[in-house]
Amino acid sequence: MNFELTKEQSMIQKLMREFSEEEVKPGADQRDQTGEFPHDIIRKMAKLSLMGLNFPESYGGGGADTISFAIAVEELSRVCASTGITYSAHISLGCAPIYLFGTEEQRKRYLIPLCTGDSLGAFGLTEPNAGSDAAGTQTTAVENEDNWSIQGSKCFITNASHAKFLSLTASTHSKTNNQRQITAFIVPTGIAGVSIQSNYNKLGLKSSNTTEIYLEQVKIPKDNVLGEIGNGFKQFLVTLDGGRIGIGAMAVGIAQGAYELALQYAKERVQFGKSISKLQVIQHKLADMAMEIELARTYVYKAAWLKDQDKKFTKEASICKLFASEVARRVCNQAIQIHGGWGYIHDYKVERYFRDAKLTEIGEGTSEIQRNIIAREIGC
Amino acid sequence: MNFLVCLKQTFDTEEKIVLKNGEISEEAVEFIINPYDEYAVEEAIRLKELHGGEITILTIGPDRAEQALRSALAMGADKAVLVETEDLEDELDEHSISQLLYAAIQEQEDNYDLILCGYMAVDDGSAQVGPRLAQYLQIPHVSTITKITIAGNEVSLEKDIEGDVEHIQTHLPLLVTTQQGLNDPRYPTIPGIMKAKRKPLTRFEIDDLSISEQSISAKTAQKEVFLPPQKQAGQILKGSIKEQVTSLVEKLHKDAKVI
Ligand SMILES: Cc1cc2nc3c(=O)[nH]c(=O)nc-3n(C[C@H](O)[C@H](O)[C@H](O)COP(=O)(O)OP(=O)(O)OC[C@H]3O[C@@H](n4cnc5c(N)ncnc54)[C@H](O)[C@@H]3O)c2cc1C
Repeated sequence: MNFELTKEQSMIQKLMREFSEEEVKPGADQRDQTGEFPHDIIRKMAKLSLMGLNFPESYGGGGADTISFAIAVEELSRVCASTGITYSAHISLGCAPIYLFGTEEQRKRYLIPLCTGDSLGAFGLTEPNAGSDAAGTQTTAVENEDNWSIQGSKCFITNASHAKFLSLTASTHSKTNNQRQITAFIVPTGIAGVSIQSNYNKLGLKSSNTTEIYLEQVKIPKDNVLGEIGNGFKQFLVTLDGGRIGIGAMAVGIAQGAYELALQYAKERVQFGKSISKLQVIQHKLADMAMEIELARTYVYKAAWLKDQDKKFTKEASICKLFASEVARRVCNQAIQIHGGWGYIHDYKVERYFRDAKLTEIGEGTSEIQRNIIAREIGC
Repeated sequence: MNFLVCLKQTFDTEEKIVLKNGEISEEAVEFIINPYDEYAVEEAIRLKELHGGEITILTIGPDRAEQALRSALAMGADKAVLVETEDLEDELDEHSISQLLYAAIQEQEDNYDLILCGYMAVDDGSAQVGPRLAQYLQIPHVSTITKITIAGNEVSLEKDIEGDVEHIQTHLPLLVTTQQGLNDPRYPTIPGIMKAKRKPLTRFEIDDLSISEQSISAKTAQKEVFLPPQKQAGQILKGSIKEQVTSLVEKLHKDAKVI
């Protein structure tokens, strides 16, 4: 057993801390108000080979591991959760399925531009009538003689406005028994029939890109099937396992950022003639925050470590995501409480963390769904 | 072209200094590359990109200094040398360190065309090591440079002199010390970080160097380490101007003892 980061992991942590403080933090409050997408930051991250962080160098990636990915997402989210989710979705929903299920040809064609930052990665699973029940997809794909024709729509898809292509799921029919099944496809976003809008007025994560996608008789070549025909359901379950480590790390980062602000404020704020950090009530709040964050981070690392060891990590990914997201909600709530009235005001930042944190209890499987998964995994 | 950067691992400038038994405590402290030395590393990398060559990073310090060397390798340096001083009981001062650097350079097969040092270390702040080393090596040195251009053997330098710029023309081999404003050090890239582990790092003990214990023994002694006095609350003097002036003079004389 060894809880120490490797040399590479700690160098990546140091890099991400500095990069986030110097490049990401300065515009975060403004982006929260304007909703402007962090293009510049993504470009700078691409230059450092961060956009392919944990994929092999032969595809333009950085050759680092999942723990490093979790560290990177945490550090970004500590200062700007919108940048955190953009990056997490790019890596774990955009790059990962192509790396995991793509042919060598597809990896060359699609994974390389993702790793080099030429395109952002996106993954279209959720639909207006298929959310938690993602297998209930109503988007259909019909196989023609020399292409597939896709018809339907997707909602809440992160990054799609800035993606040159994305992978998405559609229902297909088995040729052998005509059974309904799910298949994943790689769909270029610039072709006829694809339209992408980002008009949501969101609670938080304002400068991340969340889109609706409409697919009207979209024709794609036969070799754009991702993985096996009919295997789409299994594939997205595997993809989401990895994605949950990203959301867990994002939640830890948000919680850490809010906690640091609360600790600092508590030390500075004087009421009844002394710093409120000298009040035991406030101290206990901060102690609980620190404790919960430590536990959440340790578990995110454990899930990431299992993935890096090629061990099964479905249950652990759900536990880390569920626990960390609820920690983030509690910590941000208390961070506002410690700030009193100022906590409710934009200038003191914690209200942004509070709004951003909520998504971590919803995206990539709600807390209810995580509990279902854990229950199933423990044999209920 | 062969570049050598002499680098020191120092306290993170964000760390709070804590004294324990009259010494600065290193417990749970983060260490970084001395910020001025980081300019030196960055400049060496830029010059290598222009002129080709190889960059060696040299440090004298404890085992943990390896981390600073790896960071410099991740930025783009080629190899590193660590002279370990962990077992040394005697104190080292600027004289000892520059002697050790000199001895370590003698061990290397390479002849360095350009040696870059930060102009000072943020912890001790002596600004002596670079110039002393140049003296031992019998090569010219220019301190606190903010620009360097190399053409063949000729070197044009700019240095900041109290708001003005001094232009200096000299030649290789040369030692320069680097000042803020020279460049903006890069972030290491992920491939840089991943490759850093595979780059050569040579370790020396002092015994491995052809140098006597005597020649590195410190020429100065540290007598006491203390923190600056805590800032007191300000006082507002009352009364007529005359009374205020009288009271001020009295306080400066009796309390502050500055007049
Ligand atoms: C900002 C943002 C970004 C997103 N990015 C992406 C993306 O990139 N790609 C993508 O595919 N999707 C994305 N999503 C969609 C997200 O994954 C879904 O919103 C989420 O899975 C929940 O689905 P739903 O919204 O349809 O809620 P529903 O499934 O309708 O759930 C409503 C409520 O019912 C509960 N519920 C539903 N079923 C059960 C059950 N069986 N047992 C107990 N409770 C249940 C839920 O937990 C929830 O509380 C994003 C969403 C947001 C808000």
